[in-house]
Amino acid sequence: MAFEVIKERYMSKVNEVLLGATAENGGSRSHVLKVGGQTTLPYLHFEGEVPNKPIIAMEITDVEPTWPAPLKEMFKDVYNDPIAWAKKCVDEYKADLIYVVLNGADPDGANKSPEECTATVKSILKAVGVPLIVKGCGDEEKDNEVLGKVAEECAGENLMLGVAEQENYKSIAAACMVHKHSLIALSPLDINICKQLNILVNEMGLPLDRIMIDPMIGGLGYGIEYAYSIMERIRMGALQGDKMLSMPMICTVGYEAWRAKEAYSDGEEFQGWGEQSFRGPLWEAMTAATLIQAGADILLMRHPQAVKLVQKNITELMKSNKY
Amino acid sequence: MALTGLEIYKLLPKKNCGECGPPTCLAFAMSLAAGKASLEVCPYVSDEAKEALGAASAPPIKLIKIGVGDKAVELGDETVIFRHDKTFFHPTGIAFEVKDSLSEAELTQKLEEINALEFDRVGLHYEVDMVAVKQTGDAAQFKAAVQKIAAATNLSLVLITEDPASADQGLEACKGRNPLLYAATENNYKEMTELAQKYSVPLGVKAEDIFNLSNLVEKITALGYKELVLDSGSRTTSKVLADLTEMRRAAIKKKYRPFGYPTIAFTTAEEPMEEMMQSQVYVSKYASMVVLKTTDKHFVLPLLAWRQNLYTDPQKPIQVETKIYEVGNVTADSPVYLTTNFSLTYYSVEGEVEGSKVPSYIIPVDTDGTSVLTAWAAGKYSAEKIAEVMNSIGIEEKVNHREVILPGYVAVLSGKLEEKSGWKVVVGPREAAGIPAFAKSRYGA
Repeated sequence: MAFEVIKERYMSKVNEVLLGATAENGGSRSHVLKVGGQTTLPYLHFEGEVPNKPIIAMEITDVEPTWPAPLKEMFKDVYNDPIAWAKKCVDEYKADLIYVVLNGADPDGANKSPEECTATVKSILKAVGVPLIVKGCGDEEKDNEVLGKVAEECAGENLMLGVAEQENYKSIAAACMVHKHSLIALSPLDINICKQLNILVNEMGLPLDRIMIDPMIGGLGYGIEYAYSIMERIRMGALQGDKMLSMPMICTVGYEAWRAKEAYSDGEEFQGWGEQSFRGPLWEAMTAATLIQAGADILLMRHPQAVKLVQKNITELMKSNKY
Repeated sequence: MALTGLEIYKLLPKKNCGECGPPTCLAFAMSLAAGKASLEVCPYVSDEAKEALGAASAPPIKLIKIGVGDKAVELGDETVIFRHDKTFFHPTGIAFEVKDSLSEAELTQKLEEINALEFDRVGLHYEVDMVAVKQTGDAAQFKAAVQKIAAATNLSLVLITEDPASADQGLEACKGRNPLLYAATENNYKEMTELAQKYSVPLGVKAEDIFNLSNLVEKITALGYKELVLDSGSRTTSKVLADLTEMRRAAIKKKYRPFGYPTIAFTTAEEPMEEMMQSQVYVSKYASMVVLKTTDKHFVLPLLAWRQNLYTDPQKPIQVETKIYEVGNVTADSPVYLTTNFSLTYYSVEGEVEGSKVPSYIIPVDTDGTSVLTAWAAGKYSAEKIAEVMNSIGIEEKVNHREVILPGYVAVLSGKLEEKSGWKVVVGPREAAGIPAFAKSRYGA
């Protein structure tokens, strides 16, 4: 008997989410980006549509980053200047977009005011044409203030703002709704909380196609398989028609990968693992590449070499495999 | 096609002797239907029943062994498409290609590199599996290389040649090592199958595409040989992903016999890091083994870490031993942290304690491999249980002080723990990530 290709037919698809807005739509971006829209599992072009490739946002911070030395070294000429940093990522490393983490807002750190933070975001918007993702410092109260201000002052830009969590989503979701931005909804490796949070945010009036799922990940070697399986289940849910799991997914790849000592540790005692300068970027690239196999749509990354490797991997995966 | 448990039951002897394991023939039939048992363990089954049941009772993907002894590699015998449906069983075998044209010195160096590919991280030991000898010249050169390589490594072997005469010599040169013979093709399959039969070794099958592969497998199995490893012949990342997915689906969902064997994939990327990225796709999506060229540690480690992660049983979290762990040059004044024995929790804590630069002790309490909050919610991380561990593990002999750091999420236990253990309890951060800041403010690092 001759082999017949088995094609799965799913009843639904992943939402398409737009990032950024051009002048026509009230923003100032040179172009917009689109993610999601798949009607099948990752890269099975032979049975469904994969209309948008995953995109890479390179991470920058508004204050000197607290990153491991070998990673920080890559940006030594720009890390004290978020504008130059953002430009370098776009011009030199071809980042699809920029992920601005406003660590400077941290009340235990530089404690920058919402106005200062907003000014930083605005100056980055002026310096680069790509869409932005903007994230707070992690202090709930301060983030609500800061992101509220950023949302208001950058109204119409369709920033992607983060993060909303089950215990703290109202203020940021309202800001996104009123000022026309999109939202990252973070759930702690839990498909039920993920769904619940999307319902809550949607009930406030934010359309489903302006929400991204951050499923929370572990880095390579540190629990990435939990994220991998949760993401596979979320994506399957989307394809099977669960509207509250149908959002594209965003992953904090750089942050998690560079927490691993396999990525940053140098010196004699780690020689058994080979050279840090190779294994570090590969650790991050491998973290990203495994997650796009589970359906990741936006990768938040740090190391230029890792970004390059993943770009190449994505190009290969986006090639047709039709029978 | 697959039979149901009841259909199988009708064909069994119905003696309910229990000699097969399950107590009744019906229970045994159910196990067979689920692919969890093999018909061979029934001593009384008739030959007719055997034939009728053969197809239905075989696992959807055959288990194939390459190599011998404790370095033998087991491939295949997978039962699901998604690891969350159950688990993946047999980690992708990692082979390294070595050309037979290498000089004596190059060969020695290459094998030293490959033999040295062992890693220890987070309490786990990673190893690679196979050396693949690739023919580039005549039979004599191939034979000589196989001989040298067989002598220089304990790893299992793969012989890459499509020339039956060379294959014969190569197999003779490593007799008893049970190598994978790769590959039988449309042109040579009769001779190659004969050789595989003669030496009783697994046979790689390579075709032009997935459809031709199906046909070729049927021709080979018709010759009576079923120790196979399959290669659709595709070499571009996207196409290989599609082919491997199709073969896995066909075997698991349709019990499609021609694809009921393990699969092999080859990388094509020249640059080592790109090669690792390509092989990651194949490890993620169903390759039973991959053949690589890069042998540098820093490139191979990330791939092995992913393989280990992916093949972890989702239902059996990895645990660390409950004992006193020392991080850095500890003294009798060093702080003592409590955590759980869930490997991820423990290693997150260990990593951050190390990052805090304050030498410390860590005591993981046995919580059946659950995280702090989960363990607490399930009653596995109670003050009584923690106190019992602290009092029996010998920590009071290691330190002069009597102060222990409790994970912030279970701050509620602190009063009771002080009472039960007699130690002063300090509430630490909730997340491991908070440890460096905590240690800095408390111990002035």
